[in-house]
Amino acid sequence: MSPPPFPTLSRRARVWDAAGMLLVLAGLFLLCALGVDHFLTATNLRGLALAVSTSGMVACTMMLCLAAGDFDLSVGSVVAFAGVLGATVMNATGSITAGVAAALASGALIGCVNGVFVARFGVNALITTLASMQIVRGLGFIVADGRAVGIRPAGFFALGNTAWLGVPVPVWLTGLCCAGFGALLNRTIFGRQALAIGGNREAAHLAGVPVVRVKIIIFTLQGLVAAGAGLILAARMTSGQPNTSQGFELEVISACVLGGVSLSGGVARLGSVVAGVLILGLVQNAMNLLNLAPFYQYVARGGILLGAVLLDRFRQRS
Amino acid sequence: MDFPGVRALDGVSFGVRRGSVHALIGENGAGKSTLLKILSGAHRPTAGTVGLHGRPQAWASTAGALAAGVAVIYQELHLVPDMTVAENLLLGRYPRRGPWLDRTALRAEAARLLRLVGEDLSPDTRLGRLPLAQRQMVEIAKALGRGAPVVAFDEPTSSLSAPETLRLFAIIRDLRARGHAILYVSHRMDEILELCDAATVLRDGRHVVTHDTLAGVTRADLVRSMVGRELTNIYHYRPRPGAPGGLEVRGLAGPGLRAPVSFHVDRGEIVGFFGLIGAGRTELMRLVCGVVPPTAGEVRVQGATVRGRSPRAALRAGLVFCPEDRKQEGIIAVRPVGENINLSARRRHVRAGFWLDPAWERDNARTQIARLGVRPADPAALMGLLSGGNQQKAILARWLSDPVRVMVLDEPTRGIDLGAKSEIYALLQELAAAGTSVVVVSSDLPEVLGLADRVIVMCAGAIAAEFTRAAASPEAVLHAALPASASP
Repeated sequence: MSPPPFPTLSRRARVWDAAGMLLVLAGLFLLCALGVDHFLTATNLRGLALAVSTSGMVACTMMLCLAAGDFDLSVGSVVAFAGVLGATVMNATGSITAGVAAALASGALIGCVNGVFVARFGVNALITTLASMQIVRGLGFIVADGRAVGIRPAGFFALGNTAWLGVPVPVWLTGLCCAGFGALLNRTIFGRQALAIGGNREAAHLAGVPVVRVKIIIFTLQGLVAAGAGLILAARMTSGQPNTSQGFELEVISACVLGGVSLSGGVARLGSVVAGVLILGLVQNAMNLLNLAPFYQYVARGGILLGAVLLDRFRQRS
Repeated sequence: MDFPGVRALDGVSFGVRRGSVHALIGENGAGKSTLLKILSGAHRPTAGTVGLHGRPQAWASTAGALAAGVAVIYQELHLVPDMTVAENLLLGRYPRRGPWLDRTALRAEAARLLRLVGEDLSPDTRLGRLPLAQRQMVEIAKALGRGAPVVAFDEPTSSLSAPETLRLFAIIRDLRARGHAILYVSHRMDEILELCDAATVLRDGRHVVTHDTLAGVTRADLVRSMVGRELTNIYHYRPRPGAPGGLEVRGLAGPGLRAPVSFHVDRGEIVGFFGLIGAGRTELMRLVCGVVPPTAGEVRVQGATVRGRSPRAALRAGLVFCPEDRKQEGIIAVRPVGENINLSARRRHVRAGFWLDPAWERDNARTQIARLGVRPADPAALMGLLSGGNQQKAILARWLSDPVRVMVLDEPTRGIDLGAKSEIYALLQELAAAGTSVVVVSSDLPEVLGLADRVIVMCAGAIAAEFTRAAASPEAVLHAALPASASP
């Protein structure tokens, strides 16, 4: 008996899967380098890296969340809340450590609560995090009393404004996050379990994957990393601002989708997500250099997202 | 129809007469599904034509096929669980009064369609509340409602119990009498010989033979042309010595069971669970394996009580559950085959409790693929692209990657071709011979009788009878499975 006919992805499709977004990124980079004045300067590239460091960090955990078939809309609010809370605690105690610890703990707690609602109580992740997004945003304003909170311990600013080997610290931290979560996704049982849950929750459950536990951990990590990003942002701005990072969650999810992460779960690749983050950052940077009004950036970002998704649909159909 | 690099269907020609039931048979991957997809307009042929009433047709979409008068009823249901039966039945062609939905007409038409298939249920029932078999009947009523002159059935009986199957046959015979041309795809030879007037056999995308009449054609003839060889004793049954202390279930109670259930399966024994759809077999097995927590009772595996009420706890005790619905609960379609195989057992093969062991991941996937004959033999192939039989083999590979003490399989061969079935039967016999306790839940009576050392029959949420292999005649087992009111 001859083997049954079997459709496989063409080689070209497999290569595109693995490196497609990296190629687009390389092309865009080349285009900017040749066509945009002042793009290829150390100052600008450092600024670009710093600009994407916040979304890059959170995109790592958002990727895990999407891989497991969930969403988290609360990250923008957590970024703002962690900055405000950190600032307030630092001012009150004079201790940088206490502020950082309080901010990180609050982020992890918010994520954990999200996770418990989604995984244990079975509330839709979109609804859960839509609610916590608003609650946490409100809490930020309450803690800050509606105003920016200037941070007094000046030692804290080092987190956002120093560089090591010519590269800003936030960029190092984002790189560390990428390496860490890339390894978590690809090399640990936890990452595989997350992908399996996203691919088919029921099948994963029957195969002995602790679905509830994995999901809660993912949301907790998400909250923790978002709080870390919030602290870095506060350090760069020297204050905790309750109204910062509105719409940040959509920017991060866009970058993930651009990086080929499936919104229905089960498919994620870190390299492509990083490329997605960089593509969005690159376009924004180039538009700034070209002196285009920031309003156009929203249009461009949406357009890129639609274009990328459309391209992907065509590829799958061919 | 070409897939990249492969020709799924190669120069196949045959005709179906009006007023006849024409069987289309072949193993999985033989090209039956591709052919149905072309008929339904989901795929377009790269060469050749489909003719209807002597005129060549060229529909480019599923809507085009429906308009031309071809209705395909698939094995997988295309229904919306959150809508009512009536809304599902008339989906896409709701009766209207001006811009408004005409609810009265909707209900009346739905009731007419339900009578057509002999289903006695309210059109306002939410579809999701119906058992699988009734959903299948709704799907059939939906397709018949369009009055298509050509109706194709894809494995329609795979989720139906015996009485429903008989009802479906009556419906099909009625369609035939009214001059419809019917294409009937099935793996069950007995059904085909009972129901069909003609048969076409496909193998590896090619036309093997068309019998214009089935008079004088035997089951063995059909099987031989399907597989290209004679299949003798597909169950591979050999008597084995059993040893006490495999699976013991005592006083288990929970949703779906009318009374507490106790039974045991020895080491090295295969026990078949037979019953009609809704008899509580699946519910019982889900309680045994911790998928649904039981309200009372005890489950012991080789003498040790299973602690905890989750699939995870059951797996730790060596108790494995292979679910009925492969697509919903078994496969992870978007992940590669290797991932699917390693999913469960990898928890025993991590470094520092955390890191994957790449060597084990690679070796286990390869070994299991070779052991079970999964095709293609490529751990990187996407699970969703495999045929049903190969998906089932990969799922079995997932469970066999672990040391298994008790294996519970719910409808392990549903929708799988004969060749793959035979391979799975051989594997189960091999497992039992190695001392594993095997439980097979099946609605396929010949399968239960051919495979099991002992048959337990369930009826209306309780165990109704038990037979040794020698005592299990088809008549006796079927009689025990029928509810008291339905038996003669």
